[in-house]
Amino acid sequence: MAPALIVARRELAAYFATPVAYVFIVIFLVLSGALTFTLGNFFARGQADLIPFFSFVPWLFLFLVPALTMRLWAEERRLGTIELLLTLPLPQWQAVLGKFLAAWAFCGIALALTFPLWITVNVLGEPDNGVILSGYIGCLLVAGAYLAVGAAVSALTRNQVVAFVLAVAICFVFTAAGSPVVGEFLDARIPGIGGGRPRHLGGRPLWGLHPRRRLGPRYHLLRQLHGLLPLRECRHPRPPQGGLGA
Amino acid sequence: MAALIEIERLTKRFGGFTAVDDVSFTVDRGEVLGFLGPNGAGKSTTMRMLAGFMPPTSGTARICGADVVDQPVAAKRSLGFLPEGAPTYPEMTVTGFLGFTARIRGFRSSEADDRVARAMRMTQLEGVRLQSIETLSKGFKRRVGLAQALLHDPPVLVLDEPTDGLDPNQKHEVRELIRRMAPEKAIVISTHILEEVDAVCTRAIIIARGRVIVDAAPSVLEREGRSLEEVFRELTLGAPKQEAA
Ligand SMILES: Nc1ncnc2c1ncn2[C@@H]1O[C@H](COP(=O)(O)OP(=O)(O)OP(=O)(O)O)[C@@H](O)[C@H]1O
Ligand SMILES: [Mg+2]
Repeated sequence: MAPALIVARRELAAYFATPVAYVFIVIFLVLSGALTFTLGNFFARGQADLIPFFSFVPWLFLFLVPALTMRLWAEERRLGTIELLLTLPLPQWQAVLGKFLAAWAFCGIALALTFPLWITVNVLGEPDNGVILSGYIGCLLVAGAYLAVGAAVSALTRNQVVAFVLAVAICFVFTAAGSPVVGEFLDARIPGIGGGRPRHLGGRPLWGLHPRRRLGPRYHLLRQLHGLLPLRECRHPRPPQGGLGA
Repeated sequence: MAALIEIERLTKRFGGFTAVDDVSFTVDRGEVLGFLGPNGAGKSTTMRMLAGFMPPTSGTARICGADVVDQPVAAKRSLGFLPEGAPTYPEMTVTGFLGFTARIRGFRSSEADDRVARAMRMTQLEGVRLQSIETLSKGFKRRVGLAQALLHDPPVLVLDEPTDGLDPNQKHEVRELIRRMAPEKAIVISTHILEEVDAVCTRAIIIARGRVIVDAAPSVLEREGRSLEEVFRELTLGAPKQEAA
């Protein structure tokens, strides 16, 4: 087994050895369910799909994923176990990847546990399950993107509260960058940066990109909700890399 | 063949403060080096650089010929390292933790089990094998750290205060263990217990303020009937006063 997977397995077991895992999963399930049924008008919409659920998940992850990543490296430093882990014979990137994979698998488990919603729509109607699968994959990619940010921030500080607040703030910028309000605000300051007007209304990309769209993980997710899973989107989350030794 | 541990002009600065200042030494197979010095002398910092955890500001360290900066994985494979304070993952059981380090070191299932069992036997941990580490007493925690360092029977051992917090029986056991392993290995131990140096070390280095002051056999230091403690006090207090870190 690759060292990264051994590290990931240990990490994942550590989540479940502490209340962190259970608190995370319960809060995620309660909030995602509650928001979908109340604010999302799950029944009243009269449509057999999970779009209300998928559109809340990025906002829930915005707070829950940093809660998961804040201890990722900060805790290793506090306990001194970083000295143990990084003096074992494995390349540093394998340790980084292992921790990332464990947190990602954990988010996958939390998402998988929302399966009753999927059963519900299948009982009540005939949803397009391909679109739903694509939505779940999208959510997982959003989690991966937030995890990458959170893990990097956690490596920078010994203090878990600082790691949490910084990660939420940075992820919020990325998430909000996908919403029209922020896009227009950015456009008003620096023409083009917010993504501008749509191309057919004369908007021009800046440096060949629509930055607002590129920046926001929600944009990528929403595209997928309409059944689009272009391979290009797969590049979106990237595990963090870089020096961690003191 | 070159020495198993080679340290050349190793220096570490934290901002303007020099914690380790131009330290050089080598340790051959069969040697047990006692690394002595007052608090804040730079012992742990030197060991961290040797273990490849902290990059040196300048200078090089090699383990079995592998440079700890350029070939970190090869160097770490030949090394058993007990970090200061013997950090371990508190939520894991003793076997779970040792099994984890065994798998990272590339031992497959049954061999990993054998290695873990052997390391637990050497450090007398069998009685607490399924207990979670956070519920162990301080001495047992240290023994878990020690077991982790011995598990793969490495040619080089770097142990930062291995007997700190152990009861007299365990101190004796650990010293016996070190003496038994000594002929095939190069061992560096840091300690504040000077009688330990007499008991197990073939050679002692005293450092103060990051610099090596003495590098000699304990018997040489103690000639003319002086105790090691007197020598230590004379050498380290005689040095200019330690500034607050
Ligand atoms: N990460 C760090 N940043 C800044 N200073 C440090 C750091 N680590 C160690 N130091 C300083 O380097 C000096 C040497 O510390 P070190 O831990 O190596 O001492 P030591 O010889 O192991 O002492 P002790 O006997 O108390 O264990 C100290 O003055 C310490 O404050
Ligand atoms: Mg020390």
